[in-house]
Amino acid sequence: MKWVAIAIFAVLALSLPFVAGDFYINLASQIFIAAIFALSLNLLVGFGGMTSLGHASYLGVAAYLCALLTTRYGFGHGPAALISILGTVATAAFFGVIALRATGLGFLMITLALSQVLWGLAYRMSDVTNGDNGITGVTRPAPFGISLDSAISFYWFALAVTVFAFVMMAVFVSSSFGSSLKGVRDQPRRMAALGFNPWMIRWITFIYAGFWGAVAGLLYVYYNKYIHPTSLSTTSSAEALLGVIAGGSGTLAGPAVGAALVLLLKNYASAYIERWNMLLGLVFLFIVLVMPTGIVPGLQKLTERFRGPSS
Amino acid sequence: MQFWIIQGLNSLSLGGLLFLLSSGFSLIFGLMRLANLTHGAFFMLGTYFGAVALRDYSGLNIWITAIGAGIIVAALGGLFERLVLTRLKTNPLGQVLVTLGMAFIISDACLVLWGGDSIPVPTPRNLQAPTRLFGFVFPTYRLVLVGVAIVAAIALYILMDRTRLGAMIRAGVDDRQMARAVGIPVSRLFTIVFCLGTGIAGAAGVLGGPILSAYPGLDADMLPLALIVVILGGIGSLFGAFVGSFVIGFIYTFGTALFPELAYIILFLPMIFVIAFRPQGLFGRLGT
Amino acid sequence: MTVPSPDFSLEIVGLSKAFGGLKVTQGVSLSIRPGERRLIIGPNGAGKTTLFNQISGDMRPNAGLIRLFGEDVTTLAPYQRAHRGLSRTYQIITLFAGDTLEHNVTLGLLGLLPSRWQMWRPLSSYRHLAEEARRTLDSVGLLHLAAHPVSDLAYGEKRRVELAMALSQKPRVLLLDEPLAGLSNNERATVKALIASISKQTTVVMIEHDMDTALDLAETVTLLNYGKVIVDGERDQVIADERTREVYLGA
Repeated sequence: MKWVAIAIFAVLALSLPFVAGDFYINLASQIFIAAIFALSLNLLVGFGGMTSLGHASYLGVAAYLCALLTTRYGFGHGPAALISILGTVATAAFFGVIALRATGLGFLMITLALSQVLWGLAYRMSDVTNGDNGITGVTRPAPFGISLDSAISFYWFALAVTVFAFVMMAVFVSSSFGSSLKGVRDQPRRMAALGFNPWMIRWITFIYAGFWGAVAGLLYVYYNKYIHPTSLSTTSSAEALLGVIAGGSGTLAGPAVGAALVLLLKNYASAYIERWNMLLGLVFLFIVLVMPTGIVPGLQKLTERFRGPSS
Repeated sequence: MQFWIIQGLNSLSLGGLLFLLSSGFSLIFGLMRLANLTHGAFFMLGTYFGAVALRDYSGLNIWITAIGAGIIVAALGGLFERLVLTRLKTNPLGQVLVTLGMAFIISDACLVLWGGDSIPVPTPRNLQAPTRLFGFVFPTYRLVLVGVAIVAAIALYILMDRTRLGAMIRAGVDDRQMARAVGIPVSRLFTIVFCLGTGIAGAAGVLGGPILSAYPGLDADMLPLALIVVILGGIGSLFGAFVGSFVIGFIYTFGTALFPELAYIILFLPMIFVIAFRPQGLFGRLGT
Repeated sequence: MTVPSPDFSLEIVGLSKAFGGLKVTQGVSLSIRPGERRLIIGPNGAGKTTLFNQISGDMRPNAGLIRLFGEDVTTLAPYQRAHRGLSRTYQIITLFAGDTLEHNVTLGLLGLLPSRWQMWRPLSSYRHLAEEARRTLDSVGLLHLAAHPVSDLAYGEKRRVELAMALSQKPRVLLLDEPLAGLSNNERATVKALIASISKQTTVVMIEHDMDTALDLAETVTLLNYGKVIVDGERDQVIADERTREVYLGA
């Protein structure tokens, strides 16, 4: 089943630029960015058992750092990307220390409060962040001299990064550390009695999730060539969380599927309905009440029923 | 000197308002273990009700409006609790997500119903004249707000400490299973507390109107403040919410006045300190 | 840094813990020699599990010292005590229900190894760990269920897996919290035989509520009541002691 899904994805992803116009290619690039972001959040939510409502912080910090360094301080793209990622990882490390003083709802509240603080800063410190106007004029990098300005070239870039991110996370999740993370999620006391350090395992995961959030943030600012405080808002974190939950936090690929659906919904809905937030809220209610484990597990159950019980 | 006095009073009135806002949040979290992310939106709903009612019906009194808004918001809260939250008893994460979803719905609904411009709320006419005390001039309404907060604190204290309902709530907060075992109707209690908490927020919204005005995004401004107050003061402790509200009121007011760009960081520092040294908050009783 | 070979594997000095006004542990002192088989008994509410929780680090005492082979571990976190040779089982089964037996035991083995921090290689590629896990399961007679999820197992079999996981780490001190509780007669006999076969390199401290079942496994016995040590000594002495009868018959 897994290989079938991978094959289908490969066929779709590789053929898209040849059959579709720029609009759809750009949409696909946006989906990749949202997918990386949701996958990074799921490292925390699904595999770590730590629900965060402040993940947009990492996307935002990376995007803002990159925008500022390249447009205002004349940094080249390479160094800017490196510094942005390092800065975001440092932020994640710092926030992690604070948030991990609690678990469960306390953790959620702290991540929410911290990200709101960042958002408020982005709005208020206008001399640095340009406040409500955002930062414009960001250019796309040209890795190995290849320009990413066209829709198609950016698409291939985003696809490559997404596949790389997915593979790295799959490796992470099945590694010894990944197994210990899942163990700490399920039975933290037993894990501690066995010699595992639950706090350290959670903190490292928090930082790693922040790292991939930063990667999503860089792609985001390259794609849009613009960054605005809304990207740091709770709505942004909530959309990612919705993608994770809708797609299924118990699986590796679920969040990517969920993020794609949320993005498509947002795009099509905004053509007909002005009020995206209200729709987002209703979708939240619907998913939680009707499909709490998400779409991908639901599909898995369906295919199992067709193929008969698995051994 | 006048500056410090005025900021001091602003701090007290903001603190009072924050107490009215976060007492409900703390009660709901303490009893139901639910981080009610809709709380800011319920507050904002109250502010909008107040703003629109006072604008369109000039004869209305702000106090009656506050009570009316409180009742309407409490009713909405109760419906939400009965129809949605009770279905998610075994899914605490789901509960948090639906309260977030509800917050989005309410805030967008306010945008649709009342537009994107901020609506000011008039200060009640009989409180518009400033008060002269000790040779200084104070805006009367702000003084009154502090008074209201203190009255509310006393009322809540009496409720929690001296009434049977309060005893049941405290039992439920300390040990839900035990409370159920001795026959306390926990599920009905949840609804009552949720209505009470959101109702207070709605009423507080009206009372905060003259200071804050009704505007889109008010919920996103107030919710983190309530969160920080509860994290600081301790979950499940009304006294902690009281102390925390005034601490935050002072920090936020003086911070914004003296270092406007860094106000958020200044807010955030006491929270970090408290979490670093006392993760259960200053007066908290629950382990999270 | 060489640690002198101590007389005791586990030493508790003046341990006290109170929850508000409720004193659950009052000045408990115990000295257990390496290889000893110590049984801790006492009526419900005597504070046995609370004592274990403080020894394992799940709870912090208000006063007192805990020494593991001479080293003061009172302020160490549970995982740090595990690395110093302390292992424990719980009253409630805390296995990973959805995972296979083999995975459970493998995870148990991983806890003390540096490779637990590895983020690149899949856990399944560690052949020697898988083999060791299977050997451990074999030693408790559960190898045939290695690929089954824990949720498929009977209660008694789960207890055996827990024991196996604790033993697989070759602990120097093993704490068993009511290992025989809730078992059928057959299962009980199997688990008792397992406990009896534990090597003398491991000190075994056991809590049992029901005296009769565990007595033949014990060399020394400590009787707790209301958080205090009432009687402490060789098994036969403690059984014959009047105070023991008082506690159990008077209760």
